[in-house]
Amino acid sequence: MKYLHLIWAALFRRKSRTFLTLVSILAAFLLFGMLDATRAAFSSGGSVVGVDRLITTSRYSIIQSLPSSLATRMQAVPGVKTVGHANWFGGIYQDPKNFVLSFAVSDNYLDIYHEIQLSPEQRKAFETTRTGAIVGEALAKRFGWKVGDKVPLQSTIFPQRNGDKTWPFDIVGIYTPAKGAANGTDQQFFFHYKYFQEANAYRSLGDTVGWYAIQLTSADKADSVAKAIDALSANSDHETKTQTEQAFNASFAKQLGDIGLIVSAIMGAVFFTLILLTGNTMAQAVRERTNELAVLKTIGFSSRSVLGMVLAEGVLLLVLGGVLGLAIAAVLVPIVAKGSGGMLNLPPIGAQTWLLGIALMVAIGALVGALPAIRAMRLNIVDALAGR
Amino acid sequence: MSTLIEINDLSKVYERGRQKVEVLHGVNLAIAEGDFLALMGPSGSGKTTLLNLIGGLDTPTGGSLSVAGERIDRMSGGQLARWRAAHVGFVFQFYNLMPMLSAQRNVELPLLLTKLSASQRRQNASVALQLVGLADRASHKPSELSGGQQQRVAIARAIVSDPTLLVCDEPTGDLDRQSAEDILGLLRELNREHGKTIVMVTHDPKAAEYANHTLHLDKGALVEQAAA
Repeated sequence: MKYLHLIWAALFRRKSRTFLTLVSILAAFLLFGMLDATRAAFSSGGSVVGVDRLITTSRYSIIQSLPSSLATRMQAVPGVKTVGHANWFGGIYQDPKNFVLSFAVSDNYLDIYHEIQLSPEQRKAFETTRTGAIVGEALAKRFGWKVGDKVPLQSTIFPQRNGDKTWPFDIVGIYTPAKGAANGTDQQFFFHYKYFQEANAYRSLGDTVGWYAIQLTSADKADSVAKAIDALSANSDHETKTQTEQAFNASFAKQLGDIGLIVSAIMGAVFFTLILLTGNTMAQAVRERTNELAVLKTIGFSSRSVLGMVLAEGVLLLVLGGVLGLAIAAVLVPIVAKGSGGMLNLPPIGAQTWLLGIALMVAIGALVGALPAIRAMRLNIVDALAGR
Repeated sequence: MSTLIEINDLSKVYERGRQKVEVLHGVNLAIAEGDFLALMGPSGSGKTTLLNLIGGLDTPTGGSLSVAGERIDRMSGGQLARWRAAHVGFVFQFYNLMPMLSAQRNVELPLLLTKLSASQRRQNASVALQLVGLADRASHKPSELSGGQQQRVAIARAIVSDPTLLVCDEPTGDLDRQSAEDILGLLRELNREHGKTIVMVTHDPKAAEYANHTLHLDKGALVEQAAA
């Protein structure tokens, strides 16, 4: 620590160059923070809630519906506790940018999704109100909804039988997600499947559901139950694909593209460029100080001390720019999430992202400092003082 | 006075590519503790090489070199660094101060290698700056000081850890006459009043007059010795 002022002074020896390098590091880690939040938004976020649930969809496409008659046969499969179902609604509120994650769900849906926590009174009101809807607290806060409000949602897919795409709903409950619930649970809107099925213009297509949600008696039966359920529809015109909820969420996100791979590829390119840029700056900065480093060695600084100081300079540069970049990302993420109108449920930048970010800063700092540091360590005092 | 530096049959050969250049050969010299010695000679005579060897910045190819009874020619790089930090102060022609540090911080540099606390380091550096007459310029950066003042800061840095030996390479080579005389006067004061042993390389016969002895080197060998 007693060398810190020396390292700091060396770092800001050329202020404009250091400032520009810091800006590039800041930009890289700002991007890292934003992209990591995007990746987290499309993953299960490490939630363990739902490990005892399966999701059954059409084998070929999630948008292809399944017959509702399948529910009774699925219920009979050993290991199945409860079978519920849901349908994508594709709702928007007032303006197309106000996208609402809305689902028409079976009556027993809340028995399967325990993380949707609702007071007994509101649950009762939901069960007894045909046009009743329950909304996550974050969603309610976003639009200023409260219990008792009448809310019109426009479906991007389903018109009512009278051709009107606007569906009226009564907010009868505002739920709180249980601890550990998946990202975005508090941004959802649920209403009755019966209401949806009775009023929607496509009812003539048959009594179908979007997908099934199955509560297992035990999580370790997931494989055998999934196989048994898929066997029920084998060789039919509605073959199914049953997978754990986490696998389903991951494959759903992958329909938009492999977010993890895209994020990794972009970050790889960004950090590779950063290493070249900062490495060049560090090499130049140390080359300019050859004489000063030789003087330090002359007055008794060991080669290791000089090596350590140059390495620390690289790490300090990266940490300064990186922490600033991540801090700005932490401020921007909620703003972007809010501005996306619910399309992007970006989770706040958490401890895991900070830890990974700081590890990257230290690693890149050490990497870009390594070559100049080794050069400084091997510096021959006599040659350096003579300008050779 | 006892002998501080003892040099026997010292040689130094540099390899420049495939070429071997013998810069010093067969140098024998004894420098007493408390002496002020000037080394003179034409360019390429080996005087800076001899100074570098005495200061432990380089190692000889042959012969022996003892300072205060320690065979520094046998020391490793790390040992030499520690030895320099404890026993030698360096003054260069172009001052070689850290441009981004204040005079005070420059003088404190050698003390970073000691176990002194930050406040003790500050205090010692202030005393050294006072000794060279620059206490009022402690917060100034080198670019805000004249050449003579910068060299005074360099001398303060050289003496702050109270070394036995001061090694000066053309300390007045970049200064005007008046500043040069001030610096040489300061070195003589450090020699006479503070007992520092000084070995100084110079081209300037007037500078050499401040020393107690002058030795001449030519083609890598001592050729003459004259009393000042």
